[in-house]
Amino acid sequence: MKIHVTDQAGIEHELEGLDGWRVMEIIRDWGLNIKAECGGACSCATCHVYVDAAWFGRLPDPIDDEEDLLYSTLDKKPTSRLSCQILLCDELDGLKVSLAPSAGKS
Amino acid sequence: MFRTKVVLIAAGGGSFQAKRPPVDGIEAYEGKSVFYAVRKMEDFRDQDVVIVGGGDSALDWTLNLQPIARSLTLVHRRDAFKAAPASVNRMKELVMEGKINFLLGQIAGLEGEGSQISHVQLTTDAGPLSVPATRLLPFFGLTMKLGPVGEWGLELNDNLISVDTEKFQTSVPGVFAIGDINQYPGKLKLILSGFHEAALMAQAAKAVVSPGERVVFQYTTSSTKLQKKLGVA
Repeated sequence: MKIHVTDQAGIEHELEGLDGWRVMEIIRDWGLNIKAECGGACSCATCHVYVDAAWFGRLPDPIDDEEDLLYSTLDKKPTSRLSCQILLCDELDGLKVSLAPSAGKS
Repeated sequence: MFRTKVVLIAAGGGSFQAKRPPVDGIEAYEGKSVFYAVRKMEDFRDQDVVIVGGGDSALDWTLNLQPIARSLTLVHRRDAFKAAPASVNRMKELVMEGKINFLLGQIAGLEGEGSQISHVQLTTDAGPLSVPATRLLPFFGLTMKLGPVGEWGLELNDNLISVDTEKFQTSVPGVFAIGDINQYPGKLKLILSGFHEAALMAQAAKAVVSPGERVVFQYTTSSTKLQKKLGVA
């Protein structure tokens, strides 16, 4: 399965991922600029991505914890999600996201 | 100040720091009327206090400060809390008794002069709300930053401490770094890596502490001395 990730420099990457993997893990595994400091525990907000408008409505709703964390970021947009809460599956094959500035490592 | 021969840094992901709420200009008020922790309760006596959050920190301080504050308002995005049920119940009792206010909403801005806030601006379902306040305690959780370690003159790589793989020593002799805080070619952030690094580092650190001393390498399975120390002899 593939996802398309645009990094903070505007470069688009096509990444291979396995069924059931968190989108954050795929992005991190491929060495893109993602901090993901809590490792996927829905405890930070440094895996913050903007989901492409065509895909946003197809994701399961966020849990309360994810919403709280999204609202604590400085660069939240209407299509913001935490990529550690998105699990790759057949329906999301081809998902397009962009990394938020606040998800960068530095 | 401590005098020592060896310093070992095992800081993991870094030092925990309070997360700043997404409010422009909040830095100007920090330490004077906006606080991320309560060090002196007296700073809040007779003040109009606003606390933002839904976890144990927010609830605990709501209960602790209510008796001394002039007014206290708790603000949270939802009517559900992640704090201990007893604390949540006590907080709801205080609301029923009219001793504190609870507002459903999010912090959007601050009004004030110099380093003293005068109002906390909230967005609520019913529209924007400006709450008079002289003290704000935002409890937005913690984040990890490299912290003071970054200013000690150690060679860093991508905000991690560079070490060699024989001794796990940093660029400063006698200062070692193990675990998630270090960086070297091939580094994996695994618990077992931390243990391995600790074992090799200990050998090198011992040589710094006791130069020239011969260290006998022992296994717990065959060393009577070690078994006695562990109480399994």
